[in-house]
Amino acid sequence: MKPKHQRLLLAVIAVIGLLVASLIAINALSDEASYFYTPATLNDQEVEIGKAIRLGGMVKQGSIQSAKDGVTINFIVQDKDQEQLVRYTGVTPNLFVEGSGVVADGRLDKDGIFIADNLLAKHDENYVPRELQDIDMGNSQALEKSVIQ
Amino acid sequence: MTAEAGLIALWLAAALALLQFTVSCFYMRTEDENLLKIINPIAIVQGLLCLLSFAMLTLLFLDTDLSVLLVAQNSHIDKPWIFKLAGTWGNHEGSMLLWVSILALSGAAIALFEKRLDQKTFTATLMVQAFVSFGFYAFLLFSSNPFERLNPAPREGSGLNPLLQDIGLAFHPPTLYFGYVGLSIAFSVAVGGLISGTINSALARAMRPWALLAWIFLTLGIAAGSYWAYYELGWGGWWFWDPVENASLMPWIAATALLHSIAVMATRDALRSWTIILALVGFAMSMAGTFLVRSGILTSVHAFAVDPERGAFILALMVINVAGALLLYALRINQVRQGKVFNLLSREGAIVGNNILLVSILAIVFVGTLFPLFAEAFADQKISVGPPYFNKATIPFIFLLMILLWAGPLLRWRQDNAERIGKKVITSSITAIVFIIIMAVVLPDTPIFSMLAIALSIGLAIASFMPLMGRKLRRTPLPIYGMVIAHFGIAICAFGMAAESGFSKQLLKSVDIGDSEVIADFNVKLKNVVPTIGDNWVATQAIIEVSDKDDRADEVEMLQPEQRLFFNPNQETSEAALMTRWNGQLYAVLGKQNADGKWQLRIWWKPFVTWIWYGAVIIALGGLIALIGRTNRRRKKHEEANPWA
Repeated sequence: MKPKHQRLLLAVIAVIGLLVASLIAINALSDEASYFYTPATLNDQEVEIGKAIRLGGMVKQGSIQSAKDGVTINFIVQDKDQEQLVRYTGVTPNLFVEGSGVVADGRLDKDGIFIADNLLAKHDENYVPRELQDIDMGNSQALEKSVIQ
Repeated sequence: MTAEAGLIALWLAAALALLQFTVSCFYMRTEDENLLKIINPIAIVQGLLCLLSFAMLTLLFLDTDLSVLLVAQNSHIDKPWIFKLAGTWGNHEGSMLLWVSILALSGAAIALFEKRLDQKTFTATLMVQAFVSFGFYAFLLFSSNPFERLNPAPREGSGLNPLLQDIGLAFHPPTLYFGYVGLSIAFSVAVGGLISGTINSALARAMRPWALLAWIFLTLGIAAGSYWAYYELGWGGWWFWDPVENASLMPWIAATALLHSIAVMATRDALRSWTIILALVGFAMSMAGTFLVRSGILTSVHAFAVDPERGAFILALMVINVAGALLLYALRINQVRQGKVFNLLSREGAIVGNNILLVSILAIVFVGTLFPLFAEAFADQKISVGPPYFNKATIPFIFLLMILLWAGPLLRWRQDNAERIGKKVITSSITAIVFIIIMAVVLPDTPIFSMLAIALSIGLAIASFMPLMGRKLRRTPLPIYGMVIAHFGIAICAFGMAAESGFSKQLLKSVDIGDSEVIADFNVKLKNVVPTIGDNWVATQAIIEVSDKDDRADEVEMLQPEQRLFFNPNQETSEAALMTRWNGQLYAVLGKQNADGKWQLRIWWKPFVTWIWYGAVIIALGGLIALIGRTNRRRKKHEEANPWA
């Protein structure tokens, strides 16, 4: 084989390899990329039960209720005018409090409850989850207090 | 005055970088030997000045000089000194100064130690290094001046994010930065070679130790970051596919591919243009990572500043450097002679396979990391790409890589025959299959995926030592040992990952003081919950007694997870407690107290989780041994007569 042909062959192999990788990437993206919802967009659109999604909004004042087992909580995430019930089992993040912004990873169950696997609260006062930066929470005073601060 | 001295040193260093670039350009035109006498000293003094500037900033942080804006914003008089020190790079400006200092020191290191390049390529390399440095000096001086004064000075300072007040932080960023920025040397050498028109095996041999050094730091830095996230965030995970983690992983993948293709170019003078491209991609990924983290485009605990101007500046620097290098590559590539021919069933062929698989993984990580940004910028859609995507898309390639690793290092250069190799890999293959069968019988509920991963890593642990078979151990060159150890490290690391993800156990309960629970082979008892106090925090601490389930000897160990409240800034964090055994870790997190007085406890048993980081350290150790072999003069002669043996 001539050097020139070898280079061509290697280039072709590399391109095929990368194409396969891109196909796998695109395929996995379409299956696994979780779209971001607020309670309003979640109620507007039909979301498949069990599909991995993210939900962001504010924890409604007075809505956190502990279940009997002591490690499960139910609470309401709200935006301007819609609400969504969320259930989470685990130790809540330190900055998870009522009236504060939260992003939950999880899925809808058949009763319309959002089952969260993971909760992300603000890391510190300078940190706002990217998805929450420009969401209109309605209650602007609480928003300023909890998210912008 | 310290701040002013630091700033002046920085300006002078920038001026010297410009001078270094100009003088090198003149040399490239005139080949006037007199110019050579001053280029090296300029590069060295530039490195020293930049180091001086960084030392000044460190002093300001150690003294907590609050008249400096950066110190006032990121430090506090009551902080322990080690965190004052770490505070130097725990913020945007300081970490960029560290970045640039390492860049300048890399230039000085080339000037001092690089002896293998021919004069023209050497000068072109320093020219490129000066060009890259100058851009980043401009970035610091015009948009991120770390020495800005604050008038009037505040009395206390606003403190450092408690998550960052950790000993892990003192070492993780500098290590990672040495790796990131160390890749600039491979970049400069590659571009220097393109400029001077000498792309040959000597260039690869010159580039190799630098790439290896940067790669060792990257490996350790990523491992340190992963361990930091594991114990500090309290989530029990060791890799989150967070964009900032990916930003450090991408240069590592590119550098790993580069190290392998460099071996082909240095030994067999093949894969030339491919190696050059990988050297460019490696540093491009470092810059892309810096852009992602520093621009604040990703909001996370790592993004200190949300400032579009800075992001645009770094992006512009990256585009200029990378696009310039690629343009040069496109113009020059036709002049690069084609390398030597090889059969696909050969060491070269295996390394091509390694490179294609690694680059595929790189592409997958790159797409997943940047897709949300593009989706938001162009389609105005908020999408988050998480671990399910990355795991699903990368793991098949990782498995293929591990299988390739069984045979690859055993293959001969140029060509080999399948029968010879078949005999050599039979031991590891049989061991792997036997393990699958044993596991299927003993632990029938194991997911097939975990079983496969564990069998592959055990097979690899054996296969990694096969290249030593039939060699005289005392006469085997150090780089061979380095390769064997690094590959063994991969096996250890993969085993830890597979065991942790397949066999972790969790206890999540709300318990009363005095309650006992069982997790894995341990009895855990919440003995008490007490208040405690530290330098700049108060905490609620749980005292958990741990004893072996079957052990009657009453040997008890304590786990003491805490909920800490830091002052300055006021913030609560959760401090996990760890108990390490040779075969895993017990990981405890204290949650809140419920209305009924019970405490939330979350305890994991993570089998072999520590092997992930042991493996990473072994990988880096392998790199170090190879590096010693490559730079040791006495061995070098032998190696050049008989490269890669």
